[in-house]
Amino acid sequence: MNDYGMVIVGAGEAGVRAALELRSRGWNGSVTLIGDEAHAPYERPPLSKRVLCEPEEPAPPTIADPPKLGELGIAFLSGDGAVRIDRQSHVVRLASGREVPYERLLLATGASPRKLAVQGNAAGEMLYLRKFGDALALRDRLRPGKRVAVIGGGFIGLEVAAGAVTNGCEVTLIEAAPRILMRGVPEPIAERVERRHREAGVAFRIGGGIASVDRAGDELTVALADGTAVRCDAIVTGIGAVPETSLAADSGLEIENGVKANERLQTSDPDIYAAGDCCSFPHPLYDGRRIRLEAWRNAQDQGTHAAGNLLGDEASYAAVPWFWSDQYDQTLQVSGLADADQKIVRRDLGEQGQLYFHLAADGRLMSASGMGPEGAVAKEIRLAERLIESRARPSVEALSDPGRKLKELLRS
Amino acid sequence: MSAETWIEACGTDDIEEEDVIRFDHGDRTFAIYRTDKGDFYASDGYCTHEKFHLSNGLVMGSVIECPKHNGRFDIPTGAAKRAPVCVDLATYPVKVENGKVFIRI
Repeated sequence: MNDYGMVIVGAGEAGVRAALELRSRGWNGSVTLIGDEAHAPYERPPLSKRVLCEPEEPAPPTIADPPKLGELGIAFLSGDGAVRIDRQSHVVRLASGREVPYERLLLATGASPRKLAVQGNAAGEMLYLRKFGDALALRDRLRPGKRVAVIGGGFIGLEVAAGAVTNGCEVTLIEAAPRILMRGVPEPIAERVERRHREAGVAFRIGGGIASVDRAGDELTVALADGTAVRCDAIVTGIGAVPETSLAADSGLEIENGVKANERLQTSDPDIYAAGDCCSFPHPLYDGRRIRLEAWRNAQDQGTHAAGNLLGDEASYAAVPWFWSDQYDQTLQVSGLADADQKIVRRDLGEQGQLYFHLAADGRLMSASGMGPEGAVAKEIRLAERLIESRARPSVEALSDPGRKLKELLRS
Repeated sequence: MSAETWIEACGTDDIEEEDVIRFDHGDRTFAIYRTDKGDFYASDGYCTHEKFHLSNGLVMGSVIECPKHNGRFDIPTGAAKRAPVCVDLATYPVKVENGKVFIRI
């Protein structure tokens, strides 16, 4: 092995996919994968879903086991975070003092939960969810009969609420915005999600901020801005994530809502690329708008894509954004990016769920979202994604008619 | 039942070209495919990554994509083609007779 090879900082979905892709593309030089957690690389989506509810103590679902990484000749340095990039000499310095030289470097540092700035003596007791250890700590608190306040009505907050109420907790979800899922999910779907949660027993406090969180004895109190209070045994906060940019910023790379990359995922240093939750990039399907995605498939696709560019592909990244969430027996999927002022067209799949299409002023399909039992929704959203990808302008009549197959629209 | 039996799964008209349906037999479940070229194939019903039925997936040419996490398999061979799937899918011989699709299991 030569000394200077491909180095990846971050052993989450994006980083691991990049490492695997380098090998499947036939790169024979060294590949080093640096992760600050002690675990083997694992999938994060189950952390807010089945890991919270499974009766047995769950193991993290691994992306690649250390033996497999070893077989592939990928050096996996776990439990040792990167603290500094010396760009002049092409070296990454780790917390342990170890130095890893690189020819090209991929930053896949991910994101961290956004912290809620709030008054009160229990501000430090709020639980957040990002890592496997967080999920185990949270799971331990979601015992039957416990009262749980969930702050934040986004995907994470709602999934935690679903898991908690499934475990027999008494759950109150607090959202400061006028409705849940304000970001990227159309109102009719948000209403269906809320209804499903209410049926399961989740109480909602919508549209008011939080004044303070305090502990008195065994009891926590979340005081709301309207003067009312939620009393509980645990507080879980899921109010979004902030990109992990400190390593890049300390090393003098440009930052703009994340590690700033171009359409080829290359940062302001031509030998350093970025992928996954930490990476902001201009998206060609959305007029080159700079976006950053916190999504599992994006991490996977960008990691794979960036690996090709590390090897000299110089290819633009243009995958349609895709998000999904599981709550109870329902799946919610969104592809593309919606804007508030777009025309919304509904397709009613009856018991199979509902789909909503967002059309731009010129009729182009920009986004589709759906909710229903697992099955039809997933298939239709995937077809819609291909329509979005091909910049199709399907008619309102065709989109709203469940008798017209999306697959045929794709062929027309 | 013997280890290898031909079972009638569906009629050829029950599957559109470039599509897939579910077929349950006893306590087992399968996916029956018709590719873009009109050929029929059969595999285990569930994706090898997480238990999600491939009959809800999308057939693209001769590839099936799981709708849950977009893992892909080559339909004729069952070979895993795209992350997150890394375990191949079990496939079963298929024959078409008198407008019926049979699989051997």
